[in-house]
Amino acid sequence: MSAHAETAHHGPASGISRWILTTNHKDIGTMYLVFSLLMLFVGGSMAFVIRAELFQPGLQMVMPEFFNQMTTMHGLIMVFGAVMPAFVGLANWQIPLMIGAPDMALPRLNNLSFWILPFAFAMLLSTLLMPGGAPDFGWTFYAPLSTTYAPPSVTFFIFAIHMMGISSILGAINVVVTIFNMRAPGMKLMDMPLFVWTWLITAFLLIAVMPVLAAVVTMMLMDVHFGTSFFNAAGGGDPVLFQHVFWFFAHPEVYIMVLPAFGVISQIVPTFARKPLFGYHSMVYATAAIAVMSFIVWAHHMFTVGMPLAGELFFMYTTMLIAVPTGVKVFNWISTMFRGSMTFETPMLFAIAFIVLFTIGGLSGLMLAIAPADFQYHDTYFVVAHFHYVLVPGSVFGIIAGVYYWLPKWCGKMYDEKLGQWHFWLSFIGVNLTFFPMHFVGLAGMPRRIPDYALQFADFNMITSIGAFLFGTTQLLFVYILIKTVRSGKPAEQLPWDGAQGLEWSVPTPAPYHTFSTPPVVGDK
Amino acid sequence: MKRWLNPTTPGGLIAIVVLMFGFGFMLVPLYDVFCEVTGLNGKTGGPYQGAASQTEAVDERQVTVQFVANRNANLPWEFAPEQEEIKLQIGERKQTAFYVSNTYDHAVVAQAIPSVSPAQAADYLNKVECFCFQQQPLQAGEQKGFPLVFFLDPDLPEEITKLTLSYTLFDISDRAAAEGY
Repeated sequence: MSAHAETAHHGPASGISRWILTTNHKDIGTMYLVFSLLMLFVGGSMAFVIRAELFQPGLQMVMPEFFNQMTTMHGLIMVFGAVMPAFVGLANWQIPLMIGAPDMALPRLNNLSFWILPFAFAMLLSTLLMPGGAPDFGWTFYAPLSTTYAPPSVTFFIFAIHMMGISSILGAINVVVTIFNMRAPGMKLMDMPLFVWTWLITAFLLIAVMPVLAAVVTMMLMDVHFGTSFFNAAGGGDPVLFQHVFWFFAHPEVYIMVLPAFGVISQIVPTFARKPLFGYHSMVYATAAIAVMSFIVWAHHMFTVGMPLAGELFFMYTTMLIAVPTGVKVFNWISTMFRGSMTFETPMLFAIAFIVLFTIGGLSGLMLAIAPADFQYHDTYFVVAHFHYVLVPGSVFGIIAGVYYWLPKWCGKMYDEKLGQWHFWLSFIGVNLTFFPMHFVGLAGMPRRIPDYALQFADFNMITSIGAFLFGTTQLLFVYILIKTVRSGKPAEQLPWDGAQGLEWSVPTPAPYHTFSTPPVVGDK
Repeated sequence: MKRWLNPTTPGGLIAIVVLMFGFGFMLVPLYDVFCEVTGLNGKTGGPYQGAASQTEAVDERQVTVQFVANRNANLPWEFAPEQEEIKLQIGERKQTAFYVSNTYDHAVVAQAIPSVSPAQAADYLNKVECFCFQQQPLQAGEQKGFPLVFFLDPDLPEEITKLTLSYTLFDISDRAAAEGY
């Protein structure tokens, strides 16, 4: 936070009230990023508990009830507390800078949408201390586990989800309104940087599906407290309906968590390949196609509920079709690098690892999309391996790459390149050590969300746990690098990366508290 | 009007949010309608409304109907079909029964929910009389036999030679009390 203390003479109030009352997009972006880093460690410590329990077969550390609470809370916190706020933080910092706007369009709303989050997560985390324990029904909170059989704390969980949803919706509205109304004169939609494009599409996804999440938890609330039977077969409801409504939200949600990372990578790769992005238009259309298709594939998460053959085939083929626009993107990134004069600074390393490892996650996703094969893979560690490959080296590496890339502009200091490289290589090894063996134990039949396992899985689980401890502790190095940069980094140059293009690099380093008070002129150079 | 539908202004975006929240709830009736139209869920319809004269076999085809009785959430009641399976011809009217005994020392209200497998057979199993059409009050310790009268529709797809009719019995005393049953 001291990054901004130095720019204090540019206008911000001093003391704590600056952070509580601020309407400045840079302050709010910083708060989002710091908050999500905090949540990364909270969710990460829960992963530590999980991996410590699974280090050896048998029950050593925690009771199964608490283990279930850990898997549930780990998922909820990482999805809603770490990945989503981090992308909103990047959006707050970068979108106004990239489109030449002085701030977000709705600054007070911006302040509100951030400050809802600490309360929402305080409420969610407080359930750990309640009688009956925290939610223990998995992050997908399937009814009737989350209704009839839920711990009493489920009401707090529902309210926390409502608050996070409101925060995300307000943030998304702000992004859309900013992009449509505050672009620099002369900047057409098809002139926008790809990070802005991916966020625009993500924001529409958020606006479309977060209300559906709100609806489904409201139905749960009514089933738990007001005697309705949306998901209760005894009263004429249907538990499978819950899964349909939930995944109608949650499948677009997985693209919400990765599209902005696509945007970050599409900024970084051209910079360090010193070539313009290959296939800009196809990138935009591919992103839009992924977003539209995300609404018609949801039931591939529930192939085993007993769908008719026609349903299985429909969801199988539409799911596989999504691989086409995703493949276009991967092809474009690789073509951008082809014959470029590449250098491998930390942001580029994370970006390349993103492309390679996200593609591995995409391929295991294609395996899961095959309905007949999915009956074997369903609810095994293969699924866990798949979604961690797209979320950790996907979304999280995308965020980290973005932070390294834009950090010199944000705080005016250069991070320590040598430490950055260490951070990358330790993370890269840690992530693969953690998640790659999960493919094997999953294919061999190890079920997920269970604190014990058969003896033949012992070796791979120990490797996974060691990898997880390595990956988790490596992120402390990331915190150290960030603090060291802000405190005592070398001053960054006006243009820290010599291949970088775009309006965000035209402002002074560090970016002053207020930028683009007079709009820049774009186009007709 | 146009301003409210404009997805580039806060008002238009909030309108989308409200619509999608409503859509989340709309999925509930849509789901029911979808299952009814396609017959996907294995849910059988209400009492048979067609011609009452239909009582004789119209086809040589023999079909086996199996009966399954389940108790929800491991209720301690007893619940069993009179016969485990019946062989019958298409169109032939059959009567069987399910036995319930309330092992509680207080009165309860029970509701049976039917389900047919394979699901595409659900539309062709016509029930003239079924205990699942009503809530069933049971006194403490009461034993009761519930009748089921049904026949198979001549349009039953050829490939179906065996189908299973399962009932799950639910204790809905709390809900029935709330509705002033």
